[in-house]
Amino acid sequence: MAFDYEKFLRPGKLPHIWCPGCGHGIVMKGLIRAMDTLKLKKEETALVSGIGCASRLPGYIDCCTLHTAHGRAAAFATGVKLAKPEMNVILVGGDGDGTAIGGNHFIHACRRNIDMTYIIMNNYIYGMTGGQFSPCTPTGHKASTTPYGNPDPGFDIAKLAIGAGATFVARGTAFHANQIDKLIVEAIQHKGFSVVEILDDCPTTYGRRNKYKSVIEMMNRLKEVAVPVKAAEKMTAEQLQGKVLTGVLYKDDSKPEYTAEYAKVIERATAAK
Amino acid sequence: MSKKVAFLQGNEAAAHGALYAGCNFFGGYPITPSTEVAEVMSIELPKIGGKFIQMEDEIGAMAAILGASLAGSKVLTSTSGPGLSLKQELIGYGCIAEIPCVVYNVMRGGPSTGMPTGPSQSDVMCAKWGTHGDHPAICLTPASVQETYEEVIRAFNLSEKYRTPVMVMPDEIVAHMRERIVFPEQGEIEVVPRKTPTVPPEQYKPYDTSFGDVPPLAAFGSGYKFHVTGLNKMQDGFPTTKAEIVQAEEERQVRKVDANVDDIVTFEEYLLDDAEVLVVAYGSTSRSARYAVNIAREQGIKAGMFRIKTFWPFPDKQIKALAGKVKGIVIPEMNLGMCSLELERCAQGKTPVLGIFRVDGEPINPDQILDKIKEVK
Repeated sequence: MAFDYEKFLRPGKLPHIWCPGCGHGIVMKGLIRAMDTLKLKKEETALVSGIGCASRLPGYIDCCTLHTAHGRAAAFATGVKLAKPEMNVILVGGDGDGTAIGGNHFIHACRRNIDMTYIIMNNYIYGMTGGQFSPCTPTGHKASTTPYGNPDPGFDIAKLAIGAGATFVARGTAFHANQIDKLIVEAIQHKGFSVVEILDDCPTTYGRRNKYKSVIEMMNRLKEVAVPVKAAEKMTAEQLQGKVLTGVLYKDDSKPEYTAEYAKVIERATAAK
Repeated sequence: MSKKVAFLQGNEAAAHGALYAGCNFFGGYPITPSTEVAEVMSIELPKIGGKFIQMEDEIGAMAAILGASLAGSKVLTSTSGPGLSLKQELIGYGCIAEIPCVVYNVMRGGPSTGMPTGPSQSDVMCAKWGTHGDHPAICLTPASVQETYEEVIRAFNLSEKYRTPVMVMPDEIVAHMRERIVFPEQGEIEVVPRKTPTVPPEQYKPYDTSFGDVPPLAAFGSGYKFHVTGLNKMQDGFPTTKAEIVQAEEERQVRKVDANVDDIVTFEEYLLDDAEVLVVAYGSTSRSARYAVNIAREQGIKAGMFRIKTFWPFPDKQIKALAGKVKGIVIPEMNLGMCSLELERCAQGKTPVLGIFRVDGEPINPDQILDKIKEVK
């Protein structure tokens, strides 16, 4: 029997805003399957986003949804989670929203290891505003504001998250659709701040400027560059040149989780009273 | 039974006022001269099971309190000038998404880093015009430690009653001076609870105007699920660009304050009955003004003071009425003329407005005000 996505979708809110060929819809379906697998209660789940194409996702999902300001999802979500630690808090957004204007909130959410899951749809571009380069646009590539090729080096979001203290970091792609919900399930189950980066493509503002002839060609690129972590172990550095590791890249169960630590603060303060 | 008395500074009183009002979440970022609020909250909140978080920056602190407020908490942040500039982004979010919160801003010299330990009153325009777009603005300017305590409680009440951010803006003198404070008994000062929905979750709309201009607000995690956005929205919380809805919603948000000015605006009238010279003052400057008015009276000059307690909404009605009765208005303020612009607007050319403007980090002394009172012919 086909999976019933509609039970998690808000009636009357489709069609979504995403262009044909955009990977965000694939990620949304993955998130819905994950929510279903985990039997998350809609009333006890907050879906928080910033600004951008990917950040429009919460509007379609039937739960407590908070579409904040540009880059601020992690900071709003921290307030929700600390106020109500029993809630499931999931963040969604794009690479520009999360790592440029929201970069500070992102690294500090990682550092606190607060029990939330951040799904970052990385299409290496500011899509909603028409294709300006983001901190994830590869060097040399074209964007509406890098007409001669991007001089900036890009971020590796996963390494950034690990370096900043996130305790679960995974990466998938929009091509590997069946893996997305599995990564999200594991991320949500993890007690601590988890980051799932999903590489997807923006054919409209990125693909056409960078000489991709079709969405299929862009999808094929995702297929070709992705190397599962296990497979990568058997590969040489030369073979891994230009490849992107996928799967669970990092997991640490030893670091204390923030809201649990704050509960101890309350215990100490109450005892001292 | 004798009441509890203490010797506190304004910032400490603000924190205790917030606790009296039921504040159970504080998000902040260290900044002089407001940090004592955060320090007291970090001690007191966990004792009552409340939450204190020091965020990575001022914007993050504002975001955290808005998120916590949506999750049902009563929330406070404290800051000063440069922090207020940063918070403006999300103060606007609080206005359009209609999320109760209290922003306590101690006015120091500016712009930019300015004079971090010097007193100022130069943020009063920022309280109304700092964030972009049309939006409601409520700003309270206490003049003593006791009043700071009480005005913070009132700020929480107004914020819940009108479902909008409320600012409390003492100048640095009020924030840091120490005075005797008498704590009210529990229940002595009214604490206004948030209006929460009475309809079942499936019927709930976060901006349902069938309940009036201030619709009930459910909390995340309380059985209600709904959408919140910073975009112009419909009654169900979802974005819209429909002209008639956007116009009506924008007007409603501003009307929440504009139609309730008499409920919100507070002031003190001092020796005004026969006054020929009107001194308008707010914050610590009003203390010098009172002294000057007293001396003027001793010297036979009929001076009186109108003390602004609620800076926004501005007491238009009261100033307009007084402007027709006096020979001149004197306004001492620690900026280069902000309140004076409002006074000129309200005076409508009926009476001259004479300003005493200081931005050198020194308080305005009574002599300066007295000299200006004598200039009124």
